[in-house]
Amino acid sequence: KVYVKVDEELFEELEEILITSDIGVNTTMEIVDELRNRVKSKKITESANVRDELKDILAGILSDEQNKLNIEPSPVIILVVGVNGVGKTTTIGKMANRFKKEGKSVLLAAGDTFRAAAIDQLEVWANRVGVDIVKHSEGSDPGAVIFDAIKAAKSRKADILICDTAGRLHNKKNLMNELGKVFKIVDREYPEATKEVLLVVDATTGQNAVSQAKVFKEVANITGIVLTKLDGTAKGGIVLAVKSELDVPVKLIGVGEQMEDLQDFDSKDFVNALFGDENE
Amino acid sequence: MIFEGLAEKLQSTLGKLKGKGKLNEKDVKDAMREVKLALLEADVNFKVVKDFVNKVKERAVGQEVMESLTPGQHVIKIVNEELTALMGNVQSKISFSSKPPTIIMLVGLQGAGKTTTGGKLGGLLKKQGKKPLLVACDIYRPAAIKQLQVVGEKLDIPVFSMGDKEDPVNIAKAGISHAVKNNNDLVIIDTAGRLHIDEVLMDELKNIKAEVKPHEILLVVDSMTGQDAVNVAQSFNEALGIDGVILTKLDGDTRGGAALSVRSVTNKPIKFIGMGEKLEDLEPFHPDRMASRILGM
Ligand SMILES: Nc1nc2c(ncn2[C@@H]2O[C@H](COP(=O)(O)OP(=O)(O)OP(=O)(O)O)[C@@H](O)[C@H]2O)c(=O)[nH]1
Ligand SMILES: Nc1nc2c(ncn2[C@@H]2O[C@H](COP(=O)(O)OP(=O)(O)OP(=O)(O)O)[C@@H](O)[C@H]2O)c(=O)[nH]1
Ligand SMILES: [K+]
Ligand SMILES: [Mg+2]
Ligand SMILES: [Mg+2]
Repeated sequence: KVYVKVDEELFEELEEILITSDIGVNTTMEIVDELRNRVKSKKITESANVRDELKDILAGILSDEQNKLNIEPSPVIILVVGVNGVGKTTTIGKMANRFKKEGKSVLLAAGDTFRAAAIDQLEVWANRVGVDIVKHSEGSDPGAVIFDAIKAAKSRKADILICDTAGRLHNKKNLMNELGKVFKIVDREYPEATKEVLLVVDATTGQNAVSQAKVFKEVANITGIVLTKLDGTAKGGIVLAVKSELDVPVKLIGVGEQMEDLQDFDSKDFVNALFGDENE
Repeated sequence: MIFEGLAEKLQSTLGKLKGKGKLNEKDVKDAMREVKLALLEADVNFKVVKDFVNKVKERAVGQEVMESLTPGQHVIKIVNEELTALMGNVQSKISFSSKPPTIIMLVGLQGAGKTTTGGKLGGLLKKQGKKPLLVACDIYRPAAIKQLQVVGEKLDIPVFSMGDKEDPVNIAKAGISHAVKNNNDLVIIDTAGRLHIDEVLMDELKNIKAEVKPHEILLVVDSMTGQDAVNVAQSFNEALGIDGVILTKLDGDTRGGAALSVRSVTNKPIKFIGMGEKLEDLEPFHPDRMASRILGM
């Protein structure tokens, strides 16, 4: 390796990597300050080591004891929420596939009664994977769908019920209230279930994801994030800002449009990808 | 002046400059740092911000400013001018072909809002007297055709489809013939979402373009997009030579800096903005409002 001096230019270079990964100005500044402190106190003099130190800081922010899906014991209810078009319905299809392969019985609830053909879309996924779906017609009350789905999950003794919800922007009060109602129904009707509430975030999203996570967390007590579309060139660095500001762990990542394109989140792999480095 | 709101914000940010009779390089540098941070927080691409700030700086420390009696005002004027230049200062419309049907093709990343926007655009132009036809070329996404059909039904606009087993190039071609036969003077082609690095699917778009020669290829971009917006816009533009951009989901609370990034790397106008999920929520683009939004005013 070429020996490069630790100088201001190096810090600027690293700062650029962080900002162009959508980590955001504020979180980037905090991270770089921490890096400067560590470089000083550990007397690091080689640039490659500075880079490793930075990776260590980033992985530290992202690693979390809670980053495995909370799906034990049965019965489980997973609610999937997020803004429009991020990949909620697709992620549900992928999760259903995974759970079914693990030998679990899975039921889907078509809780997006608003978007054109959202129910049909989930139904295609249900057929593809080979699991059952509870649905009402377009335009009906999403709360009623979830209510019926919980009833069905109980009577069929389904291990995991996964509920789709309509995409909604977090600044729409009425839509967020509607979501709040759905959550009340879940709490009331299915208190015995293990609950997981996943916020889906599109990796191409910029700083707005922090605002999304903040508001969805208030309404829906988010227990994890699914970061989708990491198969593109976007780095998804915004989850660092979300984690450091709101402490919500990333649990899964989406890496394509097919059934198998779902992976557990690994903070080390993620950080390596930020720097364009190969994973060991 | 189109950046009036912006001028106000800068007046206060650059207020320190204004009071000074004379400016030195450090004054300008400090002020530009503020501008730089505001742009980055709004998701304007890092490199775009850097170029922009450098350009302004260069002009601001030049003779015209240093010799001006009101140097602060002068810097504000320069920021305005450069932002205007970056965003494009006139509203751009759809150009209709003198030989109908006019063919519009919508392209973009997954989930950006193409199908919904196709419907909205059809509805808007139908109100202006056009006879649109929507053509379903997304054979991949589950229920994409059904989605377009539901949208078409709501708007009372016909939808041409051939199921999901036919090649999208053939569907597009057959769609145009169908439009000609049925006196539709406007064809809007909905394509599947795809990554700009997916060579096979990017080639598919090139082939559709070669076959039907659309009059307008519009890139649909989610306004919440971050730093990656430049890569996406650049790749789609290089592959297809886009004619303009539609920004969606601006009814949210994003600053929408992607607008500047996209505009700056493609130099193509933003023609419309999506302001909601309903099919009437499409508006012409106003560059001045966008600039204020990006700087957080
Ligand atoms: N490349 C890629 N595309 C994805 C991924 N996840 C989802 N998509 C695509 O993104 C688009 C939107 O996905 P959906 O699952 O419909 O998103 P949604 O959040 O349910 O959308 P709404 O219900 O309309 O809010 C579709 O074209 C999906 O195929 C991913 O990990 N990678
Ligand atoms: N709030 C809001 N939602 C929008 C807007 N435009 C589209 N959407 C929503 O965004 C989601 C994705 O829209 P689609 O039209 O399915 O996007 P697409 O680009 O066709 O998606 P793919 O075909 O999967 O690539 C849907 O939930 C739409 O209702 C907008 O301007 N505002
Ligand atoms: K998106
Ligand atoms: Mg959905
Ligand atoms: Mg579509």
